[in-house]
Amino acid sequence: MQSIVEFKNIFKSYPGVLANDDVSFNIKEQSIHAILGENGAGKSTLVKILYGHVKPDSGKILINSDLAIINSPSTAKNLGINMVFQHFSLFESLTVAENLILGMNESISLTKLKDKSKTICDKYGFNLNLNSPISSLSVGQRQSVEIVRSLLNNPKILIMDEPTSVLTPDEISKLFKIIKNLVKDGLTVIFISHKLEEIINLSDYVTIMRNGKVVSTILTQNEDPETLGYKMLGYKVSKAKQVTDINFSQEIFNIKNLSTQSKDPFTINLNKINLNLKKGQIFGIAGVAGNGQKELMEILLNENDYQFSGDIFFKDLNINNLSTFQRKSLSISYVTEERLGHSAVPEMSLSENIFLSMNHKSEFKKGDFINFEKINSYASDVIKNFNVDTPSYNVKAGKLSGGNLQKFIIGREIMSNPELLILSQPTWGIDAGSEAFIKKKILELSQNGVSIIIISHDLDELLEVCHQISVLYEGSLSNPLNVEDINIAKLGKYMGGLFD
Amino acid sequence: MVFLIRLQLREDYSNLIFYLSPLVAVALTLFFGSFIFLILDLSPIESFKIFFISPISNSYGISELFVKATPLAIIALGLSYCFKNNIYNIGAEGQLTMGAIFGGGIGLLFNDSTSIFLLPLMILFGAIGGAFWATIPAILKTKFNTNEILTSLMLTYVALFILDYFVVGPWKDPAGYGLPKSMPFPDAGRLPVLIDGLRVHIGVYFAFIICLITYIIYNKTLFGFKLKVTGLSSKASQYAGFKYKKLIFYTFIISGACAGLAGLFEVSGPIGLLYRDISPNYGFTAIIVAFLGRLNPFGIILSSLLIALTYLGAEDAQLFLKIPSAVGFVFQGLVLFFLLGTDFLNKYKLFIK
Repeated sequence: MQSIVEFKNIFKSYPGVLANDDVSFNIKEQSIHAILGENGAGKSTLVKILYGHVKPDSGKILINSDLAIINSPSTAKNLGINMVFQHFSLFESLTVAENLILGMNESISLTKLKDKSKTICDKYGFNLNLNSPISSLSVGQRQSVEIVRSLLNNPKILIMDEPTSVLTPDEISKLFKIIKNLVKDGLTVIFISHKLEEIINLSDYVTIMRNGKVVSTILTQNEDPETLGYKMLGYKVSKAKQVTDINFSQEIFNIKNLSTQSKDPFTINLNKINLNLKKGQIFGIAGVAGNGQKELMEILLNENDYQFSGDIFFKDLNINNLSTFQRKSLSISYVTEERLGHSAVPEMSLSENIFLSMNHKSEFKKGDFINFEKINSYASDVIKNFNVDTPSYNVKAGKLSGGNLQKFIIGREIMSNPELLILSQPTWGIDAGSEAFIKKKILELSQNGVSIIIISHDLDELLEVCHQISVLYEGSLSNPLNVEDINIAKLGKYMGGLFD
Repeated sequence: MVFLIRLQLREDYSNLIFYLSPLVAVALTLFFGSFIFLILDLSPIESFKIFFISPISNSYGISELFVKATPLAIIALGLSYCFKNNIYNIGAEGQLTMGAIFGGGIGLLFNDSTSIFLLPLMILFGAIGGAFWATIPAILKTKFNTNEILTSLMLTYVALFILDYFVVGPWKDPAGYGLPKSMPFPDAGRLPVLIDGLRVHIGVYFAFIICLITYIIYNKTLFGFKLKVTGLSSKASQYAGFKYKKLIFYTFIISGACAGLAGLFEVSGPIGLLYRDISPNYGFTAIIVAFLGRLNPFGIILSSLLIALTYLGAEDAQLFLKIPSAVGFVFQGLVLFFLLGTDFLNKYKLFIK
C-alpha cells in the first residue's frame, strides 16, 4: 500500500506554544490511522491543517505524492478530505435529509439525495430516518448524520476528531464496525483519540504525539495499552519530594459516591466519585481535559446549583447544600481554571479583585459599606509576598501577564488562611518563573497544614507537588496512587481509562 | 466580489474615549441634524438657535428645562441599576404610569384632605406602584427565564390601558364634560413649586438626592460592587458567591420605584390630575439618558438636561419653524445611534477586505 497523505516538516506556533514542531509522517492508503496524545499534544492542530482550517507556518502536505495546497475546507473537500468534528454542526429544527443537502457541494435534488443517502445507510448500517428532525435524534444518531454527510461527498480520507467521546459503549462498537467496513471499501480514516483501548481495537497504525512533536509512528498490532500509554506520557519522571514530616491523620475533606445524571450531551456525568483528603495533604486529580474536571469543579464551588447525588463533607460537616459564599466562609478557597472573567475580573483593579473573593470576610466591610483601606493593605501584602510585578493595586487585573495575575490570585487565596484550597490548572499557560514560585508556595502551604486539591492535566506538575494522585476518566475517579511509588506505565493505563 | 467586514476586539480600548464619546455623539448629531434642516429648506444655524438656544433664554425656559429633565433623570438613575446589572428593563414607561395610578389614586381617594401627610403618602404609593409593576418581569425572569426586555415592554401597554380604564371609568371627573380625565388633586396633594409662577418643582431635589445616593451605592457599598461585578462577568459573580436572582429583584424594584416616583411627580406636579397622556415617553427616553450619561449618576444628570432640551426645542421648532415636533425624537434617536456607534468603534477595530 502506498501513502495517501504525507506530512513533511509541519510547523505551527501559537503565541506561547509550538503546537506542531517539525511534524512528519505518512498515512497509508486504505488504513485506519490513529493519532494519540494528551491534550495540547498538537493532534487537533495537525488535522485542522490537513482540513484547511488552520494554516501551517511552514511545511508541506503531499496527497497521493502530489504537493497539495489546502487553503480552506472546500479545497480539502475537493481533494477528497472530509472531517467529522467533535461538536456537531446540525440544524436542530431541520430534518436529516435537509441537513444532508445543506452539506452538499454540488446541487442535487432532494429525492436524488435521499436515494443516495438511503444506499449509504443501508450499505453500512446507519440506522437513520431521513425525515425525522434532528432534535428528535440521539447523540449517536446525530453523529451518524455527520458521517453520512461526509460520505455523500465521496471522500478518500475521513478525519474523525474524538468521535467516541459522546457515544455509549454500544454505539462505539457499532461505529467501529462501520469504520472498518468503510476502510474495506477504499476509504482512509484518520482517527484522533486519547483512549488507548480504542486505538488498539480499531487502528492499523498509530502516530504518537507529545508537546507538538511526533514521538513515533508504529504498527498498532505490536502494542498493548500499557506500552502505548507509556509512549504517550513519555519518560516523565517524578521528583518525589520529602513528605516524611507530615502527619496525615486528620481527615479534612471527603467526597462520598458523588454522581450526576445530566442529560446535556456536552457535559460529562460524574460516576460515584470518592475522595478522601487529610490535613496537610496535596491531592492531584489528573486526566485528559473533558473527562469531568469542569463538572467536578462546578460542584466543589457550587456554581449553577449543579444537581448531584452523594455527599461532600468538610471536617465532618455536610456541605452539599451550602452556597459558594457559605463554603468560602468555612475557609475553603478556590482558584478556577479561567483567570480572566472567573476568578478575576479584568476590568477591575487588583484591590477590587481582592474583594471579589474576600467579600465574605467581615474585616473588609463596615456594615454594607466596603472598607477600601483594609482591602488596599491586603492587596499590597499579596503583591509584596507573592512577587506580583505591578506598579500599584489600582492597576486593572487585565493588564497583568498571566503569570503575574495567577500569582496574585493564588496569593489572594493563600493569604486568607484557608484550610482547604482547591486549584484548577494552577500553572496552565504561565511563565516558568511564576510556575516554580507557585509550586513552592503550594508546598509551603501544605507543610503548614493546609489541604490542597489540584485538578490539572499537567502530569509533571502533579508528580512534582502532590502526595497522592487519582485519574479522572469519563467521570470516574481512579483509586489514589502514592506519588513515591508511582509507575508511569500504570499512570498511562489509568489515563486511558484502564482502572477498576 | 464579496465585501467582508471583519471586527477585531481592541485589546486596549480607551477609557478616556469612553467618557468623551457622548460629546462626539452630540457633535455628530448636530452635524447630521443640520442636513435635516437643509432638506427642510431651513437655515441650520437659525434652526439650531431656535432648537437649542432660544428655549432656555429666559427664566421660564430654564424652569421648563428642569421640569422635563427631572423625570428623565430620576427614571434614568433607576434604570442605571438594571443596566449595570445587565438587566434590560425597557418598561420604565409602564412603571411610571403605574406610579401615577397608585400615587394619584391616593390623591383622588382623599380629595378633600388638607393634611400635610397626603403628599408624602402619594409619593410613597407612587414608588410602590412603580416597584410593583417592575416586580412582575423580575418574577418572570427568575422563575421562568423569560426575556425581561419583552415582558417589561409589554407590561407598559398593559399599564397604559389600566390608566385609560380609570380615567374614562371610575375616576372620571363628573364635572369634566365627559373628558377622559380625573378630578384635580387637592392642594395638599400637589407638589410644591420652587419659584412662584414657574413650574419647576421639588422633584429636582429628589433627582439630586437620588443621584448622590446612587453615587455612594455604586462606589462605596457591597451592593454597588455586586452590580459592577455581575455586569462585567456573570461567572466571576458566581465565583464571588453573589446571588444573581436576588440582584435581579433588587435592581428591578429600584428602577421601578424611581420610575413610579417620576410618574407621581408628573401628575402631582405640572399636571395636577390624571389623564391619558401623562408622559411624553419619558420612560423610553430615559433609556437614552442613562446610556448617554454612561450609567454614571452625575453623567445622567447632565444628559437628562441635554435630552430635556430636545423636548423643548421640538416644541419651539413646531411653533416657529412649522416643522413637526417629532423632530425632537429624531434628534434623540440620532444621539443614541451615534453613541452606540462610537462605543462600538471604541471597542472594535474595523477591517474591510
